[in-house]
Amino acid sequence: MLFRAINLKLFVLVLAGLTIALPVTADNFEGIVPPPKAKASEINGCVAPVEDMRKNHMEKMLHQRDKTLREGVRTKQHSIAECVNCHITPKKDGSYANFGENEHFCSSCHNYAAVSIDCFECHRDKPEKLDYKHSQIKNTNPHHNDIAFSEKNTQTTETLDTIKSGDSK
Amino acid sequence: MNTKNELNNQARRNFIGKIAGVTGLALAPGFVLHQVANAKAPEDAVTNKVRWGILINTNKCATGCNDCVSACEKENAWGSASDNESHSAKEQKAQWIRKVTLTDKQTGYVNSLPLMCQHCETAPCVDVCPTGASMKREDGIVLVDKHICIGCRYCMMACPYKARSFIHEELKNQSVNAPRGLGTVESCTMCVHRIDNDGTPACVEACSSAMTFGDLNDASSKISIELKQNGGEQIRADLGLNTGVRYQGI
Repeated sequence: MLFRAINLKLFVLVLAGLTIALPVTADNFEGIVPPPKAKASEINGCVAPVEDMRKNHMEKMLHQRDKTLREGVRTKQHSIAECVNCHITPKKDGSYANFGENEHFCSSCHNYAAVSIDCFECHRDKPEKLDYKHSQIKNTNPHHNDIAFSEKNTQTTETLDTIKSGDSK
Repeated sequence: MNTKNELNNQARRNFIGKIAGVTGLALAPGFVLHQVANAKAPEDAVTNKVRWGILINTNKCATGCNDCVSACEKENAWGSASDNESHSAKEQKAQWIRKVTLTDKQTGYVNSLPLMCQHCETAPCVDVCPTGASMKREDGIVLVDKHICIGCRYCMMACPYKARSFIHEELKNQSVNAPRGLGTVESCTMCVHRIDNDGTPACVEACSSAMTFGDLNDASSKISIELKQNGGEQIRADLGLNTGVRYQGI
């Protein structure tokens, strides 16, 4: 009986330890705890599920722009700079498309739908850091599969490899 | 039996050891958080508990030195740090901060100082704006909300310091820190993107000898102590605007 009680205590201790430890230990204790989600993990979409983003991305950005400019709230989830950082697709030569070109993530849809936007009159339309890479996991994001495996894709071979093999980080 | 127990014990010890290590690691970032407890979290809105200001000691500001201006140009991608505005006349081009040289006609004393948006408490540009685009944040930084700026330029007329400029042509390759574009008015933002990340404005960083940045509401901040000891004047103090940028030696 005593032994059981000790075991139970130990179990609770271990459970508590695991709960506290989950976010920070994946690198050092591989196998014990699952790895942390990579930046812009596509398991749940970057910001919200894809359907939600397709329909409501403008609302989220409109809300965020006022919060950022007027209140100094600088969370990254709905920030336009982060949209650009994550969604921009490198061309074959490794350079990034400007807004207006069909290769640009925003203009590919907006050109097709003939909906003009005024974001990039002022905002930067490509990442400032040229080596910016985000997590691109195969199978979980329909968008990435489309661009990765369509004949018309203009991604670098390096990026395609990343998409095919998943994020190595 | 004994051997088995020992083995079990060893396994248990190893496991507990790992958990202890894990828990220690989990706590470690907490301490780091404590050290920057005064910093604003990204999701927090700014409050009027702070009022940001800059103090400029013109006695230490060298005539001909342009470091603050070039730092601003580089940070916010205007002027010589951008290849835009090639069609605009010199007096039309953006000027977030500029060096002004004053000569006393009687004594010949030359005073050199940087002049930019003075971040007034009662800002005339905010008063006259018909859309609410010209606005003052809770922490005293005066900004243009270019999302709703219609480019009427009333604020440029109202500003006693000639601190604002208007963009006359399409721009490309802006800085990610400073969105700016055709048909809107702009001015010094006190590098608000840096301040929100606990940074210092680019001009102050480039010239720490003559410029001090800090919280005017905090009596123990470097800028407040310096102002209390040696004073600091406003340009056009007669207008009663209570500027956030103060000068010594003018």
